[in-house]
Amino acid sequence: MSVLALDKVCAAPWGDPVLVDIQLDMGAGEVVVLIGPNGAGKSSLLRLLAGDFSASAGSLEFGGRPLANWQRRELAQHLAFLPQLSLLNFPYTVEEVVLLGRTPHATGARADREIARQALAATDTEALRNRLYTQLSGGERQRVQLARVFAQIWDSGDMSGNLLLLDEPTAALDLAHQQQLAAAIAAIAARGCAVLLVVHDVNLAAAVGTRLVVLDRGRQVATGSPAEVLTPDLFRDLFHAEVLVQQHPNGRQPLVIGL
Amino acid sequence: MITSIHQRRRRARQLLVVLAALLPLALLTGLANGAVSLGPGQLFAALLAGADGGQAAMIVQQIRLPRVLLAAVMGATLAMSGAAMQGLFRNPLADPSLIGVTAGASLGASLLIVLGGGLLQGLVGLTLVSVGAFIGGVLAVLLVYRLASSENGTSVATMLLAGIAITALAGAVGSLLEFFTDNERLRQISLWKMGGLDGANLPRLLLASLVSGAVLLALPRYAQALNTLLLGESEARHLGIDVDRTKLAMIGWVAVGVGTSVALVGTIAFVGLVVPHVVRLWIGPDHRYLLPASALAGAILLLVADTLSRVVLAPTELPVGIITALIGVPFFISLLRQRHQYGMQT
Repeated sequence: MSVLALDKVCAAPWGDPVLVDIQLDMGAGEVVVLIGPNGAGKSSLLRLLAGDFSASAGSLEFGGRPLANWQRRELAQHLAFLPQLSLLNFPYTVEEVVLLGRTPHATGARADREIARQALAATDTEALRNRLYTQLSGGERQRVQLARVFAQIWDSGDMSGNLLLLDEPTAALDLAHQQQLAAAIAAIAARGCAVLLVVHDVNLAAAVGTRLVVLDRGRQVATGSPAEVLTPDLFRDLFHAEVLVQQHPNGRQPLVIGL
Repeated sequence: MITSIHQRRRRARQLLVVLAALLPLALLTGLANGAVSLGPGQLFAALLAGADGGQAAMIVQQIRLPRVLLAAVMGATLAMSGAAMQGLFRNPLADPSLIGVTAGASLGASLLIVLGGGLLQGLVGLTLVSVGAFIGGVLAVLLVYRLASSENGTSVATMLLAGIAITALAGAVGSLLEFFTDNERLRQISLWKMGGLDGANLPRLLLASLVSGAVLLALPRYAQALNTLLLGESEARHLGIDVDRTKLAMIGWVAVGVGTSVALVGTIAFVGLVVPHVVRLWIGPDHRYLLPASALAGAILLLVADTLSRVVLAPTELPVGIITALIGVPFFISLLRQRHQYGMQT
């Protein structure tokens, strides 16, 4: 059964349409990456799925039920969203921030702290646990917020039926932590969690995504495996950039060379 | 600074215990001191004396007891309301008066003083001025809330700006009233604005306890919602919080609590701003501890300030708002100077 099913979804939260006829089906454990130029509607799609606004047309189902029929709290137990920017400016400790992710659950303080510990480990933030959030660097903050959304949908067993939405989770991360994030996404996907994320680095997208969805001005212009989607034509049409596309030496994915 | 969650919670619990122990002490100090000072023995004798227990018993039971209890109840309400507003607005410098309640209440009171209502006795021992203040405060908040609401929900940023606008408008109309009224009423208005607990009596205390009791019980139920709101409104929504209901409840309870306090004891500056701020610097932003600790600390601060206001220039009483500011400001500034140690960036 599909975790997420979008059929001809349109959205126009501020009058003008920002998403038109989006078609997407995600199964358990699938990792789909949204790419596209700035203003293409990538973040809007994530925010639509997170319930920030509703679709103006089409059908939008999560776990086999229309998204609008979910109780807010029940939805929060299965769907977590990491926005691009964090507004938090109060001196919580890192562990307190991650524990906030457990708010929709009633699993008890002990289980929550164990889950927070695992989420901290998955994002390499264990060493920051007792630091104050306000005193962290940008990249450290991003990893802590990531740990918070991991904790929100964490289950030490089967995570199928859960969906994680990540909006540019690697924007502030150094290379080592980008690779670690890719590994963490692969690990939760292996346990059944579906992941839909936005990244700008197409090679990273090819490395983590089982499928890529390309958006341009609210429309879905391409969908498929990295090898199908990442072609020189796409970059010429969409980004007005000339690139070389070659086989990655690891043999599993295409490699896009920009400069 | 390294603080584990365990250390932080232990410190929060210790603070709650210390404040809970200090509160009765502050109450007794307030009862014993004033124009006539009593020793501990005299105080207990006066407290336990019957109806004809002499002058000391009369002073303690009929004048000081309602007054110190009113101070404690109002201090607790103001401080907890301030903590809730700082959480809701995600701004450690927010204050209950931001949503227009204080300015609206001041205007309501000025209006009735100018119209001569100060001399008339209203229901349950309240002057009409108090009723006018309460109505003015609640109306101002309703207006601010309406201005900030659209079909997309309520924007706290707009609410902040609307609060500033309504505060300015109420201030301008109030100044206009003061400009055209006579000197006697002008002095009444300005004394009323400084705040004071000298009007305390049993009916006022009962009313204050009823309203504040409800506010003090209601606000902590939203502690976890406020915790998640610090992450941002949409983040709180994504964590399953009914953000609009939380906002409405916060605004409603704070309007009622602060409206009542302004109506009964005038505007008391600084308690709602400084107390939660100081408590947060000490124990962190977790509202499950911050709200009750702020309430206790606010009660103690107002009790101490009121006692000082009666003792410093006895038998003259100073307006308590002057004392809260004089105690609060230096303490606040000294904490601000070390704010980086507490992880505050702004």
